[in-house]
Amino acid sequence: MLAGCDFLVLNPAGAIARQQAHLIVVSTILMLLIVVPVLAITVLFAWRYRASNTGATYRPDWDHSTALELLIWSAPLFIVIALGAITWINTHTLDPYRPLERADNRASATAVAPLVVEVVALDWKWLFIYPDQGIATVNELAAPIGVPIRFKITSSSVMNSFFIPALAGQIYAMPGMQTELNAVIDKAGTYEGFSANYSGAGFSGMHFQFHVMTRSAFDRWVGETRDGGTALTNADYLELAKPSERTPIHHYSTVANGLYDAILNQCLQANRPC
Amino acid sequence: MLTASETAQLVLGRLSWDAIPLHEPILLGTFIAVALGGVAILALITYFRFWGVLWREWITSIDHKKIGIMYVILGLVMLLRGFSDALMMRAQQAMSFGDSTGFLPAHHYDQVFTAHGVIMIFFVAMPLVTGLMNFAVPLQIGARDVAFPFLNNFSFWMTASGAALVMMSLFVGEFARTGWLAYPPLSGIAYSPDVGVDYYIWSLQIAGVGTLLSGINLIATIVKMRAPGMTLMKMPIFTWTALCTNVLIVAAFPVLTAVLALLSLDRLVGTHFFTNELGGNAMMYVNLIWIWGHPEVYILILPAFGVFSEIVSTFAGKRLFGYASMVYATVVITVLSYLVWLHHFFTMGSGASVNSFFGITTMIISIPTGAKIFNWLFTMYHGRIRFELPMLWTVGFMLTFTVGGMTGVLLAVPPADFVLHNSLFLVAHFHNVIIGGVLFGMLAGITYWFPKAFGFKLDPFWGKCSFWFWLTGFWFAFTPLYVLGLMGVTRRLSHFEDPSLQIWFEIAAFGAALIFIGIGCFIIQLVVSIRDRVRLRDVTGDPWDGRTLEWSTSSPPPAYNFPFTPIVYDNDAWADMKAHRYARPVEGFIPIHMPKNTAAGFIIAVFCATVGFALIWHMWLIGGIAFTGLLISIVAHTFNYDRAYTVPAAEVTRIEHGRTLELANHA
Repeated sequence: MLAGCDFLVLNPAGAIARQQAHLIVVSTILMLLIVVPVLAITVLFAWRYRASNTGATYRPDWDHSTALELLIWSAPLFIVIALGAITWINTHTLDPYRPLERADNRASATAVAPLVVEVVALDWKWLFIYPDQGIATVNELAAPIGVPIRFKITSSSVMNSFFIPALAGQIYAMPGMQTELNAVIDKAGTYEGFSANYSGAGFSGMHFQFHVMTRSAFDRWVGETRDGGTALTNADYLELAKPSERTPIHHYSTVANGLYDAILNQCLQANRPC
Repeated sequence: MLTASETAQLVLGRLSWDAIPLHEPILLGTFIAVALGGVAILALITYFRFWGVLWREWITSIDHKKIGIMYVILGLVMLLRGFSDALMMRAQQAMSFGDSTGFLPAHHYDQVFTAHGVIMIFFVAMPLVTGLMNFAVPLQIGARDVAFPFLNNFSFWMTASGAALVMMSLFVGEFARTGWLAYPPLSGIAYSPDVGVDYYIWSLQIAGVGTLLSGINLIATIVKMRAPGMTLMKMPIFTWTALCTNVLIVAAFPVLTAVLALLSLDRLVGTHFFTNELGGNAMMYVNLIWIWGHPEVYILILPAFGVFSEIVSTFAGKRLFGYASMVYATVVITVLSYLVWLHHFFTMGSGASVNSFFGITTMIISIPTGAKIFNWLFTMYHGRIRFELPMLWTVGFMLTFTVGGMTGVLLAVPPADFVLHNSLFLVAHFHNVIIGGVLFGMLAGITYWFPKAFGFKLDPFWGKCSFWFWLTGFWFAFTPLYVLGLMGVTRRLSHFEDPSLQIWFEIAAFGAALIFIGIGCFIIQLVVSIRDRVRLRDVTGDPWDGRTLEWSTSSPPPAYNFPFTPIVYDNDAWADMKAHRYARPVEGFIPIHMPKNTAAGFIIAVFCATVGFALIWHMWLIGGIAFTGLLISIVAHTFNYDRAYTVPAAEVTRIEHGRTLELANHA
């Protein structure tokens, strides 16, 4: 059964998520160094010193050993020092705010301009604005292989968390605040994205598809979206922002100027200071 | 003049027939079952003419032992409610795939998981922990009662009032649909306009007063009322953990009270502490609630650690290994618990350095915790371990909790948390430590001190059944959640698209069914033990060959606990006394000064619950009346000068003589 299941978090397609998976494995092994002996000794001592085993040593007043005390405080200490060092380094290198320098995680030193996507969590769907391409989509995200993606993330109403397990770790989408995520993906395909923070009645249906394609296919997708979509004005956005569940995919060919900033600063709703 | 509808609104506020869930078959069925059960219990009490006893001996009792027992009963009753919620969630998630939407609509499911979390933490774990501390601490330190006996009774009834409000939300109105910590803006008036969040706020506020006062009470008790000779470093470990837990309670619960007060201001009078308008910020709420919330998990686990320490040492027949390092570990955990709260929201955009700091402080907590595990291990080493029920729970705990601790440290690594936060892996982790740590600890403690409280042991057969079903049930229920978390499945979903996940949820549901049997066995164990109480009777007062002072007195102890205050020379005071062939005093008793029962605590708490209910429903008239009643009863209580009585020497002699005879007959 285990062979058939897909440990997505441990075997993802995105470079960031892969390093995160690697870190999970390394940390776990490091901790197992102490956890396995503890579990084994627990069973061993429980068995060996059972009351019926009168052959075992019994020392009712033995309650101190400086050497053992040193060992039991220092063994976890050393593990934590090692794990702490790994944590410090990886928390910085895998900081979601840190721009990715390379086209992919393999080699090339040439800096590639990242694809910018502005993400808005709505009740209960996702709006993706591509400022450089001038398009927007609902519940569908697309990106080319090997190009760094810079997500700028906010929310229209309540807290959500933007999470594509195959791509990279999650980050919260919060109203009036912007978070960022930099990531890159190396394998074409369609991946699942969703909100990882409960946000109300429609939360369970708040997922979207993430299409990863070649550069040329992506350009074609952008072109099709531009030709086939409708315009996204401020008024359309306010209509879209009303709560709805399992909203179908929608493409917008144009996006009102400064829409994302207006959403971020909460300037669109009537009667709200912004 | 007011019109009829205005009058109705003044009296009933937002409450109307719509709030009664007559159209919800599940709720209606539950309500009928609860109502019938309630009527049956009331009828039985009346039939056995138990009302007077109930009022005089229990409801108005200021005896710390009885209050402790009532806390434990409250915790166990609420466990049944919280576990029903768990079963509903497991069933819903096991069947809601693809075209099937299960049997709970989101509106209902979201209340269920919120109520499950709130009830399990505030109304199961907290009462069980407080109950054991209340019962055991004064006995362990050789005191006659807690420092403020009236306050103790009042604290209990405030906690019970909070629980009553939560239960009421099931049948009158609804509970919050926000998750157990009710993050704004979702819990704000804009997105949760109905009464659910108000039920949440007022039940926690009222119960929180009880918890805080009981914290103050136990600190004063431990600091001021220890038997002569019992220096801090001679206190039993359970008392040490109780002291640290109550310090945490006193430092942390006011934060919860404040943050919930600010939330209710946002909801009631339109302030913007936690919404974006006018400079408010939801992050403030998240920070404040976790500055309470993280110490809270140590408030729960430390007393469990204390219980295990007592049990390991008792059943290994040995002094506790590394007493001093155990104390230091407890104190270090107490301090560090305030330095880790941010690990609950690494994913909210704090910088890498901030995240690393809080990740590493979290890992550091695993050092004293690891030291504790080793101390228990080396207490077992060269011991002679009797595997009675409390010891079984302890070994089950050590094997289970260690794994939960490991996954917790993993979650403390921020980049790992970015992929595991809010996932079912997280859900599995905290159940691993809360069930495997706190709940096993409380069940171990209940089994351990039950003979002290009632004078007979719990039946071991049904207890062992309960233990094995709980243990295997736990692993069946939560291993699949670890797996699902690693597959990238998040929590609080009421519906899934991917059919390949279903098998894991079915295994988890099977695990929940095993736990259900475990709980059933526990109830049978109670019934069987009460039925066979003569067979299970313990006359000695020391059924486990105990080591601390509570085992030196009779079971159940007399109201005054100890006829003479014991004098302490060593850590394990009672083991030391036994080693020196302590002879129980049989004459020369003197009168004992004791606190007197009072109804004030119960009455004030009932007024508080009424005020809370009125605030939830905006019944301003009733709220005003109840608040006036509350003030009057508090003032009236201050004029009660008749708060103590003296047990005459003859009465002490009679009670102690009775015990002398019993011991002689037994021998």
